[in-house]
Amino acid sequence: MTELAKKRPEFRNINALSDLPTYRLPPAGWVSILHRISGVLMFLLMPFIIWMFDNSISSEFSFAKFSAAFNVGLGFVPGWFMKLVALALIWAYLHHFIAGLRHLYMDVCHAVSKEFGKSSAIVTLALSIGLTVVLGAKLFGLY
Amino acid sequence: MSVNYGSKRTVVGAGYGFRDWLAQRVTGALMALFTVVVLAQVILTSGPIGYEQWAGIFASQPMKFLTFAVIVALLWHVWVGVRDIWMDYIKPVGVRLVLHVFSIVWLTGCAGWAVQVLWRL
Repeated sequence: MTELAKKRPEFRNINALSDLPTYRLPPAGWVSILHRISGVLMFLLMPFIIWMFDNSISSEFSFAKFSAAFNVGLGFVPGWFMKLVALALIWAYLHHFIAGLRHLYMDVCHAVSKEFGKSSAIVTLALSIGLTVVLGAKLFGLY
Repeated sequence: MSVNYGSKRTVVGAGYGFRDWLAQRVTGALMALFTVVVLAQVILTSGPIGYEQWAGIFASQPMKFLTFAVIVALLWHVWVGVRDIWMDYIKPVGVRLVLHVFSIVWLTGCAGWAVQVLWRL
């Protein structure tokens, strides 16, 4: 530890259990924390993503195994659960993708007003959740 | 600002950020482009998408070229992002080191697997 690091004040009065559930985040705050959560989710499920990539493109046989995993299940894991995990990944990708484009747009256009931060955050949340619902309905065969 | 070099240098573990900030944007933009390219091919395919159509998207040399670049970009992008999260929430240096090492092993292993899948296509 250097002198500089020692002098920095620390505020640790936030209790994760008693404060966070009642903490009201603005829309941009939700986009930000969900960007992290979706990123970590995809990081942890990366082997599953590559497993899907592997089986879906390697051969006819593995492609059938890939399809069957979602229709009849894989080992002791039922198909609906596989679909649910896939849906979580779909949401994570959509959110991360749209929130990422928002970042790029803000950086390129210097769009850093408070109003734009709020409106673009609401658009990001609406688009990612909306598309997740539409694709989820397709995934579970509702249409 | 007090002395911040030599043995007095503040060790933050990530440099001062500009390089990572830029790398995060560039790799993100490349992956966004890749997403659009793959989606366009899926949407423009007429009829149901079976094995032939799906594998065909990745089989051409230009797509292999792009996909390989995207795998490397992904590796880099995730490293910067995950490391930021560890640095923000994990304060004990020992635990953080373990998580950093875990992240590197996890990511290089995944990237190797993805490249292997791509190469034998």
